[in-house]
Amino acid sequence: MAERTQFLPRGDFCHLLSALTSAGYRCVGPRVRDGAIVYEPIASAENLPRGVHDRQAPGEYRLEQTAEPRFFAWANGPQALRPLTFAGRDKLWAAERRADGSVEFTGEPPQAESVAVIGVRACDLAALYVYDRHFMQTEHPDPWYTARRQNLFLVAVHCTHPSLNCFCASTGDGPRATYGYDLALSELDEGFLIEARSAKGEQVLAALPVRETSAQETEMADREIESAAQKQVKSVPSRNLRDVLFARLDHPRWNEVAQRCLSCTNCTLVCPTCFCHDETEVPSLDGRRSEHYREWGSCFTQSHSHIHGITIRADTRTRYRQWLTHKVGSWHDQFGRSGCVGCGRCITWCPVGIDITEELAVICR
Amino acid sequence: MQNPYLPREAEIVERIQEAPTIFTLRLRFTDPAAQHAYNYVPGQFNMIYLYGVGEVAISIVSDPEETETLDHTIRAVGRVTRALSRLRPGDRIGVRGPYGRGWPLLKAQGKDVALITGGLGCAPLVSVIRYIVARRERFRRLMIMQGVKHSDDLIWHEQYRRWREAPDTQVLLAAEIAGTGWTWHRGLVTALFDRTSIAPGETVVFLCGPEPMMRAAIYELGQRGVADGDIWLSMERNMHCGLGHCGHCMIGAPFVCRDGPVFPYPELKVLLGVKGF
Repeated sequence: MAERTQFLPRGDFCHLLSALTSAGYRCVGPRVRDGAIVYEPIASAENLPRGVHDRQAPGEYRLEQTAEPRFFAWANGPQALRPLTFAGRDKLWAAERRADGSVEFTGEPPQAESVAVIGVRACDLAALYVYDRHFMQTEHPDPWYTARRQNLFLVAVHCTHPSLNCFCASTGDGPRATYGYDLALSELDEGFLIEARSAKGEQVLAALPVRETSAQETEMADREIESAAQKQVKSVPSRNLRDVLFARLDHPRWNEVAQRCLSCTNCTLVCPTCFCHDETEVPSLDGRRSEHYREWGSCFTQSHSHIHGITIRADTRTRYRQWLTHKVGSWHDQFGRSGCVGCGRCITWCPVGIDITEELAVICR
Repeated sequence: MQNPYLPREAEIVERIQEAPTIFTLRLRFTDPAAQHAYNYVPGQFNMIYLYGVGEVAISIVSDPEETETLDHTIRAVGRVTRALSRLRPGDRIGVRGPYGRGWPLLKAQGKDVALITGGLGCAPLVSVIRYIVARRERFRRLMIMQGVKHSDDLIWHEQYRRWREAPDTQVLLAAEIAGTGWTWHRGLVTALFDRTSIAPGETVVFLCGPEPMMRAAIYELGQRGVADGDIWLSMERNMHCGLGHCGHCMIGAPFVCRDGPVFPYPELKVLLGVKGF
């Protein structure tokens, strides 16, 4: 693979965007909005967060502007591929009631535009692997997810600037992207090492003004990624904690963490593998039409586990325990791997800074 | 790609009031092709949609060989079921399904079958009773044990009397609170074990009802030497999609909608009765 790696000078990065646009993709990439890195449509390299670093800590996220030339010198933002595949809200179908009382259902399979996502992280690709299994490679594939997923072009950027909350090296999911992308970039000050992994990736690469990568550039890029792994300060105790967690359902730490947890659902909404959702009904005011939606849900709400007369998880202790035992426990039975990809978002965006690695360390010690 | 969330229109052809809060809706798909293509096994369920209100998971209680209509027995307890209770013949609803794993009726053939239910959760097992009674020769002894809180809660008095007349069939009923005229046992359903004899290794047991009742029954069965693998349970959880997508119904790893609602007991043994799962 190394011999096929090409080099795209920084000044020519705009050609990547125009090649993708010419290939029929709408480009979505990182940009700064409301003080965070978000993935939104980008028109040019000018939109990218040049020189921006993120400082993350439990319950903390801050951006810093520097004069540095790099576009991807940060770890992540609150979200990446999740809203682009599993949207926050989808209309699944609509019902219309005719004058004779009959009800007609319409729910056209969705159309999805072709989207190229620039700056996908290894942790996001690992999460996508899980989503693919959950929404697409199943007995009843989800048409919305599938349509969006199949029209994605993924441009990964290997991570060189992990945050204090990152622990992908310990989950085995990063910082280097190793699968699931069309193109992968390593960013150096002067430009990008670029490598294709799919036929459509090769096609786009062929349209770029690239040159051969020097051995020195390859070595420098590799060293930065290795250093990104070494810089990570958090880790999970093991990649498979299923048995130990289910053996400790009565651990006192569940009570202790429940004293801090606000059951606010933030962790489940920023998690790139959380898939729980609610179906909701929205009737029109004139009563002639009713629409049926799917919206992101969370196991931290009371309604999530409510059945007539009973709430299975009535308190925060059982909700936090459900989330964690599912995420890093029963996930192994469902998907053959942990549901945690080490992105650290649940730690950063928790308003009280609950740290999944710290909780696991105590419970699994 | 097919939209798996889309209901199909069905018409209510009959509404039967079973008890003050319990009713049966007999349905037929308005598209004859859909009705013809529809098939299911006892223990499976449908997502029933009421226009403008929403969907709810309801088990199918009719016989799979009854191809003209399908029955759902519903207790009016929640937002959707209370509204469903106001429907009348001719009204239209949406139906999608059938979903999930039903009762292992092939495994039960040639064996004794014990059906133990509690509370008002007997609907998923009524389909099994009807199925077995209609094919009585394929099974050996049939034991029907049903417990209710109050004797007034018992529905299908007439059917229980009729089932009792079936060959080699024992019907045992219990009410914790017995009103006047109650001639059956007074107490918990688990007390009925002393009034029958269950042959371990030759009996398949199906359970349905509140989880404490099912756990108590499993304990009694264990005392009588019934192996865990011969016990099956029907579980109830919050469900939105019915397809194993929405995540509401998980008990540990299994999705109740897709991997259940009927489970062999060993699949749930570790978490059954653990508060929060």
